[in-house]
Amino acid sequence: MLTTFRIRRFNPETSPSMPYFQEYQLNMDRADTVLDALMHIRDTLDESLTLRCSCRGAICGSCGMRINGHAALACKTKVQAMVSERGVVQVEPMNNMPVIKDLVTDMAGFWDKVRQVQPWLQPAGPEPEGEYLASSESMNHLTGVMGCIMCGACVSDCAALEVDERFVGPAALAKAYRFVADPRDGAGRSRLLALNEPGGMWDCTRCMECIEVCPKGVGPMDRIMSLRSRGIQANVASTCGSRHAEVFADLIYQKGRLDEPMLAARTFGLRNLSRLLSLLPMIFRAFVRGKVPKSGPLHRAIPGMEKIRRLFQRMEERL
Amino acid sequence: MKFAFFPGCVSKGGCPELYQSVMEVYPRLGLELKEMTTASCTGAGVLQEKDLKLGDVLNARTFALAEQSGLPIMTICSTCQGVMSQANHRLTTDPPYLAAVNEILGEEGLTYRGTTQIRHFVWILLEELGEQGIRQQVRRPLKNLRAAPFYGCYLQRPSEALGFQDQPERARSLELIMSWLGLEVVDFPGKTRCCGFPLLTINEKNSLRMVASHTLDAKRHGADILVTPCPLCHLNLDGMQSRAASQQQADIDLPIWHLPQLLGLAMGMEAKRLGLTRHLVSTQGVLDKLGSAVAKIEA
Ligand code: SF4
Ligand code: SF4
Ligand code: SF4
Ligand code: SF4
Ligand code: FES
Repeated sequence: MLTTFRIRRFNPETSPSMPYFQEYQLNMDRADTVLDALMHIRDTLDESLTLRCSCRGAICGSCGMRINGHAALACKTKVQAMVSERGVVQVEPMNNMPVIKDLVTDMAGFWDKVRQVQPWLQPAGPEPEGEYLASSESMNHLTGVMGCIMCGACVSDCAALEVDERFVGPAALAKAYRFVADPRDGAGRSRLLALNEPGGMWDCTRCMECIEVCPKGVGPMDRIMSLRSRGIQANVASTCGSRHAEVFADLIYQKGRLDEPMLAARTFGLRNLSRLLSLLPMIFRAFVRGKVPKSGPLHRAIPGMEKIRRLFQRMEERL
Repeated sequence: MKFAFFPGCVSKGGCPELYQSVMEVYPRLGLELKEMTTASCTGAGVLQEKDLKLGDVLNARTFALAEQSGLPIMTICSTCQGVMSQANHRLTTDPPYLAAVNEILGEEGLTYRGTTQIRHFVWILLEELGEQGIRQQVRRPLKNLRAAPFYGCYLQRPSEALGFQDQPERARSLELIMSWLGLEVVDFPGKTRCCGFPLLTINEKNSLRMVASHTLDAKRHGADILVTPCPLCHLNLDGMQSRAASQQQADIDLPIWHLPQLLGLAMGMEAKRLGLTRHLVSTQGVLDKLGSAVAKIEA
């Protein structure tokens, strides 16, 4: 099939060095991957096209790029699945990192953040006689996150990073979870304390982009949610995020449903009175506009509430 | 077609106009709804931050209640839909897990067999009414209105739990319906991105940056309004818009509509009955733009 590739080009050595799109047309086979196409373009049509790749088998993690707007491994993406109705495939470098040339991005910041979570085992206590033992259950649980090939796709499409580059990001947080959940590691608490800081695990906006684009099924956001649960369990200092989760859970326990005014009041509370007060003008305008349900701003518990409470209690007993 | 209706907390709380507009439109679409009054909140992904399994137990209870009545569930909130779809995916793809959850439910005399279907209103419009069914409803084609879709994360990802494999059209459901209503659909990259709502309490600044970035982006692409099937997106994009505008020192003023409001207007209903006056960003300009068509029917 005749396919048009619309590729974002950028060469810092030309002036003016502005990114632009260039189109190439070539005949593709059903089985071809986007990486096959790019290499073919480089070999036969335009040797200046710059890209990074190595294994061609979704193992090395070097061919991350955005294909039709979403990060993916070029070597794992079939052209056929990507051709639009107009027969076009759009290819761009990854987002949320500087572009060096064409489709090649600078991964230095990516690695800095991975290093920031201290991605090595830190056992506590005296060294055992033999090996450090871990149950196969715990290791099986970790195989998913150990499958990360550090391709950067999740980081590229992360919504939180897009607005704040200080966020440590999905790949590093998934890596952090890999150690927090390792029974041989002894630094769990200090890791969670570090992740509890601004820019850490509470700055994820739960957009699920990382889950969707990860080519290895690592599910970074799911790991971030597990880190949050562990942080709450370990009683690391409360943040707006952890109080929000605790209060939310308690409201469901009390009323079976969400109660927005109570949620805000109890999350910010007296500790953060200024945040609460700053919301007042908006709440007032909402009130004037009739954005309050007929039953009033505070909600009654749903009927049969005791059944829901019993489920909470059963879960508690099982801990 | 009959559904167990799960309105979600927000349509009965901070976005009462959503519930109101759904109540106006559904009887005329041939839908029959039985509201689930005893179901709990889905947890909204927030309870799940604290305790994922507890969230799954509460949702399994809701699914079991629907299963008992033999009805599929209808949601009107991207977040409710996504959180329930994900819970159902975990429960139905992992039999030992389902058994463990059922052990807890069993003490309440409930079991979940894993058969409940959960569908968002938008998907029901797409899959039950379809193009013809929707076009037939249109009394007042919303011509000359340029509208951009905004799905909400939970109605887009993870695609596996949302059944996109078997129902690929779901990924474009909102745009399809908007076009069948006669609107000019404005495509823009933000349509599937996050509105920032989950960050609002944790990091308001970043949350508002997302609000500003997507609303401004939609405007740059020529949108007169943004349309969403998610009341939480609405809370952030409408409710927090003026704050986002002052934080980013930008002029935004982009009305955010709930899909059922748009549907109702196209079906010829009055703006007031659809709760269009209950927004923080005024919808009046748009209604004026639609002009004589709207005014005449309301006179
Ligand atoms: S879910 Fe969180 S970490 Fe993942 S991409 Fe979204 S904001 Fe980033
Ligand atoms: S988590 Fe997935 S997407 Fe992110 S770097 Fe690892 S393999 Fe790539
Ligand atoms: S997810 Fe949101 S709207 Fe849905 S039930 Fe819970 S709080 Fe309410
Ligand atoms: S866009 Fe925002 S409110 Fe809407 S589903 Fe995503 S996070 Fe929730
Ligand atoms: S070339 Fe190695 S992952 Fe694509």
